[in-house]
Amino acid sequence: MTTLQRKAVNPVAHLTAEDIESIGRELDAIRDAVISSRGERDAAYIRRVIKVQRWLELGSRGVLLFSILPPAWLVGTAGLSVAKILENMEIGHNVMHGQWDWMRDPKIHSTTWEWDNASPSEQWKHSHNELHHTYTNVIGRDNDLGYGIMRVDEGQRWHPVHLGQPLWNFVNACFFEYGIAAYDLELGRNLSTKERRSSPRFKAGVRQVLKKIGRQVAKDYVLHPLLSGPSFLHTIAANAVANLVRNLWTHSVIMCGHFPKGVETFERSSIEGETRGDWYLRQMLGSANISGGRLMHIMTGNLSYQIEHHLFPDLPSNRYQEIAPKIQDLFQRYGLTYTSGPLPKQVGSAWAKVFRLALPNRRPMPPLRPAAAQEREPVGVG
Amino acid sequence: MILSLRPHHAGRMAAAQALRAGAWRVVELLTTPLVPADYLDVIAPLRNAEVLRAKVVAVHKETARAVTLTLRPGRGWRRHEPGQYLRLGVDVDGVRLWRAYSITSAPDRPDGLVTVTVTAVGGGAVSGHLIARARPGMLLGLERPTGDFTVPRGHGAKVLFVTAGSGLTPVMGILRSHPPGDLSDVVLVHSAKSPEDVLFGDELRALAAGGRITLVERHTGTDGRLSPADLAVLVPDLAERDVWACGPNAMLDDLMAHRPEQTLTVERFRPVVIAAGDGGTVTFLRSGRTVEATGGTPLLEAGESAGVLMPSGCRMGICFSCVLPLREGAVRDLRDGRVTTATEGDNVLIQTCISAAAGACRLDV
Repeated sequence: MTTLQRKAVNPVAHLTAEDIESIGRELDAIRDAVISSRGERDAAYIRRVIKVQRWLELGSRGVLLFSILPPAWLVGTAGLSVAKILENMEIGHNVMHGQWDWMRDPKIHSTTWEWDNASPSEQWKHSHNELHHTYTNVIGRDNDLGYGIMRVDEGQRWHPVHLGQPLWNFVNACFFEYGIAAYDLELGRNLSTKERRSSPRFKAGVRQVLKKIGRQVAKDYVLHPLLSGPSFLHTIAANAVANLVRNLWTHSVIMCGHFPKGVETFERSSIEGETRGDWYLRQMLGSANISGGRLMHIMTGNLSYQIEHHLFPDLPSNRYQEIAPKIQDLFQRYGLTYTSGPLPKQVGSAWAKVFRLALPNRRPMPPLRPAAAQEREPVGVG
Repeated sequence: MILSLRPHHAGRMAAAQALRAGAWRVVELLTTPLVPADYLDVIAPLRNAEVLRAKVVAVHKETARAVTLTLRPGRGWRRHEPGQYLRLGVDVDGVRLWRAYSITSAPDRPDGLVTVTVTAVGGGAVSGHLIARARPGMLLGLERPTGDFTVPRGHGAKVLFVTAGSGLTPVMGILRSHPPGDLSDVVLVHSAKSPEDVLFGDELRALAAGGRITLVERHTGTDGRLSPADLAVLVPDLAERDVWACGPNAMLDDLMAHRPEQTLTVERFRPVVIAAGDGGTVTFLRSGRTVEATGGTPLLEAGESAGVLMPSGCRMGICFSCVLPLREGAVRDLRDGRVTTATEGDNVLIQTCISAAAGACRLDV
């Protein structure tokens, strides 16, 4: 992957400005159709997921009271891992996107939801909903690209420190929830100067995160273990494993969304004066799906439909699967590549890039072409 | 002896209280980032005191256009005064909508249940949904009883109730609650389209036959609408009676215009809309959402349709549950056309349910 403007073959060169606007209109129509048909079925879906998740969590924590017994430890740890994944992905992430705000249920609303994660939802909503979803894959604007610690594009200057990035990426995956919290705080940038370090806003943010982490740690590593009495240490281990499984899983799903082969990145300059159609196009090119069965989709919080999610971040997640054929058809008609693959392949592809970019480029970068939008040539849609 | 025990006892009480509070904090920490009630909801939704709910236990068809729901209120419910209303939160097509209904049951029912009667309103999303879909076992959002349309116990005997259509419901609540002997000289003038459309027709006629009330049925399909002049003919001793009236706004406005010298208590089910605003862009500051609202749309509805969690209550300008700070802009009161403005730095509290945009405005929600 390299930024669109530096690529030898520009994947959107065949689209006219009019094509791009008509893509925008078609996508708006798909969105309107979903919004006008949202209703009881969707509400029942999210309530059912929440109910299943809570029973699963209660049940697993109950079983872990006896985690000194190996079968109980295994069952409880597996159940809690799944419960934590469901809570973060299909419920937390999507509720905080406002996908369910239309139900007007104060208990399932983006402004009131707090998730089982080190990052306070308020901070996460800012860095994820506002920054990542607006500036998707724009180098220098979208911090999800490499989280500020990795080289993720050939266009970025190589430095010997990048040799260690496979290791950083693995460590980040293991402690992903803390990585997210640090990144929502923009820790690297804010610790860099004394002025930033001492800004009251940053300090308040840090206090908020530490308070949340304190409560999360007390819950998983003190109170529930204490409740299990003789199973104290076994429950600590079980909760640590559940958190680790959740961290590795969410990290893998997120990597699959924007890192695999076929996903484009964009120069800062290319988004100036972007129209709605241009924005849609960037989301289409900057995301990748994961193929799989129903269980895979639920466990990824339907982020396996990353393309659909990035086009319409606030549509109910259960609808992404339904609109996917229409989106694929649109890609095909406009001669664009709908990037998708099974989980192992996509994870492998993303990791391969992490390793490749740890080393300097083999070939020098092609020169920067002007932003794609300015050089499009009117070519008929094939 | 007693004196020496007291401080000890108080100390024990305080210790027990501190222990309880501490134990509760531990339970809260066990369920963080959720609250214990969120898990309780999965198991026993009516036990959750934080979110008051009601369970439908029976559905009874009153007329072709009305059903009575018998409800079991959850933990946190408070005994009502006869004549008061409650609010139900009903999920219609997955969207929670709140509506007020007068309570038609007596407050001291031994089984603790309450009843409301839902009448079909033309195009009414909630009434239509409840009439078609309410079944025993259904869970509804609930708010505690409120309202001033009450007759204090021990009130002088002579009373006149003037009602029309579903406006009968709070009066039915009152008639079913007051013990015989109280309110011993009651005249009820009730308007309905036809004899079959009279809510609780059999019960009212039985009360009249038993001498408990004097019932005047007005069938507007054949007799036309009741005018204040008709009322003087139908109730000769009108001047001696305190009047409670509930029904369509037109009827209530007529009564208020013609009988100012009497004690008149009215209950409206809908706000009186007089003047529309000019419309404008409404910005909801905290949620960061923006909508174009027309001059006839209450800001409450504009916010709700944009997915903003708006506080709400009676939806007719009475209860002040929906009040929010207007930071900047102009709004028009839909009831009297009065314009309220705020400039940057202001914090003007407005009732969103009866205020519409009269230009761009910014609300702190």
